[in-house]
Amino acid sequence: MSGALRIPGAGRLSQAKTARFSFDGQSYSGIEGDTLASALLANGVHLVGRSFKYHRPRGFLSAGAEEPNALVEIKRDAARKTPNVRATVQELYDGLAAQSQNRWPSLAFDVGAVNDIASPLFSAGFYYKTFMWPKAAWKSLYEPKIRAAAGLGVAPDQPDPDHYSARFAHCDVLVLGGGAAGIAAALAAAETGVRVILADEQAEFGGSLRFESGAKIDGQDGFAWAQAAIARLKALDNVRVLSRATAFGYYAQNFVALVERVSDHLQNPGRDLPRERLWQVRAKRVVLATGAIERHMVFADNDRPGIMLASAARTYLNHYGVAVGRNVGVYTANDSAYAAAIDLKKAGVDVAAIVDLRDNPTGPVIDEARALGIEINFGRAVISAGGKLRVTSMTVQPKNGGGERTIPVDAILMSAGWTPSVHLFSQSRGKVAFNDETKRFVPGTYAQDCVSVGACNGTDGLSATIDEAYAAGAKAAKDTGAKAARGTKPKVDASESWSRGMLGAAPGAGPDTTVKAFVDFQNDVTAKDIRQAVHEGMRSIEHVKRFTTNGMATDQGKTSNMHGLAIAAETLGKPIPQVGLTTFRAPYTPVTFGSIVGHARGPLFDPTRKTAIHPWAEAQGAVFEDVGQWKRAWYFPKGGEDMHAAVDRECVTVRKTAGLFDASTLGKIEVVGPDAAKFMELLYTNPWEKLEPGRCRYGIMLREDGFIYDDGVVGRLAPDRFHVTTTTGGAPRVMNHMEDYLQTEFPHLNVWLTSTTEQWAVIAVQGPKSRDIIAPLVEGIDMSDEALPHMSVREGRICGVPTRLFRMSFSGERGFEVNVPADYGQAVWEALWAEGQKHGATAYGTEAMHVLRAEKGYIIVGQDTDGTVTPNDAGLDWAVGKKKTDFVGIRGMARPDLVAKGRKQLVGLKTKDPKVVLEEGAQVVADPKQAVPMKMIGHVTSSYWSENCGRSIALALVAGGRDRMGETLYVPMPDGVIEVEVAGMVFFDEKGERLNG
Amino acid sequence: MAKTATRKTVAAAPSAERRAALAGQELSATGVRLAVLPPAERISLRAPEASVAALAKALGVTLPRKPKTSASKAGRTALWLGPDEWLIIDEAGKDPLADCAEVTALHSAVGISHRNIAISVTGPAAAAAVNSGCPQDLSLDAFPMGAASRTILGKVEIVLLRTAEDAFRVECWRSFSDYVFTFLSEATRDAAA
Repeated sequence: MSGALRIPGAGRLSQAKTARFSFDGQSYSGIEGDTLASALLANGVHLVGRSFKYHRPRGFLSAGAEEPNALVEIKRDAARKTPNVRATVQELYDGLAAQSQNRWPSLAFDVGAVNDIASPLFSAGFYYKTFMWPKAAWKSLYEPKIRAAAGLGVAPDQPDPDHYSARFAHCDVLVLGGGAAGIAAALAAAETGVRVILADEQAEFGGSLRFESGAKIDGQDGFAWAQAAIARLKALDNVRVLSRATAFGYYAQNFVALVERVSDHLQNPGRDLPRERLWQVRAKRVVLATGAIERHMVFADNDRPGIMLASAARTYLNHYGVAVGRNVGVYTANDSAYAAAIDLKKAGVDVAAIVDLRDNPTGPVIDEARALGIEINFGRAVISAGGKLRVTSMTVQPKNGGGERTIPVDAILMSAGWTPSVHLFSQSRGKVAFNDETKRFVPGTYAQDCVSVGACNGTDGLSATIDEAYAAGAKAAKDTGAKAARGTKPKVDASESWSRGMLGAAPGAGPDTTVKAFVDFQNDVTAKDIRQAVHEGMRSIEHVKRFTTNGMATDQGKTSNMHGLAIAAETLGKPIPQVGLTTFRAPYTPVTFGSIVGHARGPLFDPTRKTAIHPWAEAQGAVFEDVGQWKRAWYFPKGGEDMHAAVDRECVTVRKTAGLFDASTLGKIEVVGPDAAKFMELLYTNPWEKLEPGRCRYGIMLREDGFIYDDGVVGRLAPDRFHVTTTTGGAPRVMNHMEDYLQTEFPHLNVWLTSTTEQWAVIAVQGPKSRDIIAPLVEGIDMSDEALPHMSVREGRICGVPTRLFRMSFSGERGFEVNVPADYGQAVWEALWAEGQKHGATAYGTEAMHVLRAEKGYIIVGQDTDGTVTPNDAGLDWAVGKKKTDFVGIRGMARPDLVAKGRKQLVGLKTKDPKVVLEEGAQVVADPKQAVPMKMIGHVTSSYWSENCGRSIALALVAGGRDRMGETLYVPMPDGVIEVEVAGMVFFDEKGERLNG
Repeated sequence: MAKTATRKTVAAAPSAERRAALAGQELSATGVRLAVLPPAERISLRAPEASVAALAKALGVTLPRKPKTSASKAGRTALWLGPDEWLIIDEAGKDPLADCAEVTALHSAVGISHRNIAISVTGPAAAAAVNSGCPQDLSLDAFPMGAASRTILGKVEIVLLRTAEDAFRVECWRSFSDYVFTFLSEATRDAAA
């Protein structure tokens, strides 16, 4: 059995396929095709949640995506717990387990409901007023308590085991919404042969045809017609039909984001099936067929479980075969609720009374209701609802006052009218216009190539809707260059239509200040809260919204915005369009983080870049560090060495014999063309014109402001060809910087830039034995000091493969950098390693490289500089071409502040106690006895233990540093002050003799 | 380099082993197959309009002038990457860098054979797999056979070439190849949908 309230013969689900599920531990049966909501209702369950602020019992308001109340947690396993799932859209599967939220100890008895009694304390904007002091208590007491108490649902605490997929797609016509309008538009567009995507958030297409029993198209029941039309569309090659796909964001140039729920409705999703798929669609034309959403009536206690939208009750009956009660009342201000009453009555449900706020409406549905013997009360209002966990009665009164009458009911169906869903239109930056006659906002001025059709455009009636949609679909296709449509327009044989309804609070909503007549169910905002906001001085609807939080819950005010606006307008005494509508923002309905993240998790979170030599280093047990996206060998521990021991050994070995270092990550740019030297002159501080081919130079690049941007050794391979190296981290931005200047400032130069970072694997061989290691493997290059002096480059072969062999040093030792095409990197490294072993050479990592260069006072851009350091500050005046008249940064460098006395200059620091190693980033002061906060005169940029020097060494930026040589300065630390002496930047081999040693 | 020196090199040292990134990796899924392609010769060619004819002649392949196009002849493909930029890929084992060296017309040719690696994506779901991370319109109308584009896949830059109705060549930098292959592997799981 699938529930006592399932009506035999009603609805479209096959009774044969049952699905068992549980809610709060209790087992129930449903039918395949049910939503969790329809299955619970079939079992007579209305109470499914507690409200956000007052913890009031709540049931189902709707049968769709607009649901504010029925939010549950769906738990598949410990890691797959999804909070705040709308039960009205969660499809049932066998074994589904759902839990109610925001209640303790149980849904029926919730301690938090005390908030409802204490509600005068929690009036609109209470958190702005109530918890002002003591100030400190906000952070430690009020905020955490309020947050804990007010939370709705619990976020999962384990990594999400599901995976999410993504797809970019293009089409000519994108149709959003798969009701009668969307299907008609898609048919018209598809028949022309253009590429069409049709998407709808529901599992089945049809939109309001799900409940409109009076619709007949092409001789069929409306919903059946929709299914047949979808089958036809699916069969076409030029059409993609997406169900369970919500268009949640409409961005610039017809870029629409949709999330397709692929497996949330399946009992056992295969491991390969993503949970969701993000579609990012670029469409030439968009047809918005997003329909309309029914509004509730605003009256006292209108949130009791069992009170719902009339169209929802009709959907549950006509689609799911479920009666939402046995004796229902109807409260309406428009015709559409009559259809619900009529359908229920015909299905055998008692309709206690229809209460209609209008005075003397006429029409066929009213006649039909009357003919069925339903009691109809015109000009009356429901002023309150009885019952707590389920509505038990409605109290009716003439709308201008008078005798009250209480009618027992177990459900109330309500309809205040329909709000066009202009969310996506508004997101497209279109401007809505208020139609004063029909009291609704409809699309006004369009900002993009889109068109609205049907109910979302304020078009009433099925015939008019299909006419409009079919024409719009054909025109959208034509606008993209298609031929005329070949098909025939669907013919409407019968349809329903209804009138306008009302906005704002009905008589039962007060003016009483204790009445809770809900406007926004999800955020517990009542009519009196909105009035209070206006009374307290809010004038703009944006302020009213934020003060009351009306429309700010995850349902984004789909049912509440218009009511809230009307109440505010009435209280302000202004017409609605003057008060204005709040902005609609993406997402239309909540979107999982998973779908946004897509593939970008784990190894795909960010690329991990490895050099060609990486596998060798890994096999040697190297410890790696992250340098940007690169993995670089940090040090190579041997036989239980810790980092210190390994780095000390590596540093000593390099200076004693030699070391091999993987420098492949260095940025490389090949600058080619007859104006290459001219270009280099403009981009670097150094002179290049006279650099002979075959020679290298250390270059400094500035930004326009005169500060150091990057540095590196540049080799001139030919008069028109430079091999530029950059820092590892700077490679992409240096390339961009150069290309930017080339294209915008120096377009007259005949020169081109090519990134060759990854073309070359680079093996640095440094140390007194470096030449002995390399020479046996090299062919075609004279390795003598005369033929290959320090700072020169030759092309030849090593191990039989081409090489660009640089003689250069970042250690102060005789050194080489062997560039070979990347795929040969590891083999050449292994050959050099084998040679190196004969001399006792070591492999060394980035840490030893840092220590060795610091021993020599070579700077690292980004470590010893911070974007405010000039070449002079860094002691690199020698690298600035004194005779040069132009280069990027030359004027910046001459700014008064950049040549002023007392600038921070890079100097060496020696601790008085040589065993003490300073902390990088530590502040330097002149007088440690001054009061805190002390005057800082600089900071430590690099600091290491140098085994080669037998002491600690450090570089620091110190105000007027070069005039302080020999001075004692102080580095205050939490556990004491460290005395340091200002020294030169070179700690080892000051004369630089070892470069040729 | 002198001929004698070349001969001497060959005699003296056996050539170092070439170890390409991801060499030989492949993966098959429903509707799509990934395979890392063998090494190829490549250059990045930059040249002004006036040099195009001479370079095309030396290279033996048309240098296309239209965005998103390529030209191919005898195992050599020229992909338009920009108004003065082409990626030349030679799969026939001939060296386009040497061919350009003969040309005196203004140009820049830089060898990048080892900078890039190529992954083929083939099968009826190939376009869908690529579209998992690439925002290009890959319909045959918008991206026909021979279409080429420097674009993105997920978080990295790729050069995409359509080699057949249901086949693409994805070129990326060496150190990004692991990311690209892994990304495409993930995408293939869902491509047939």
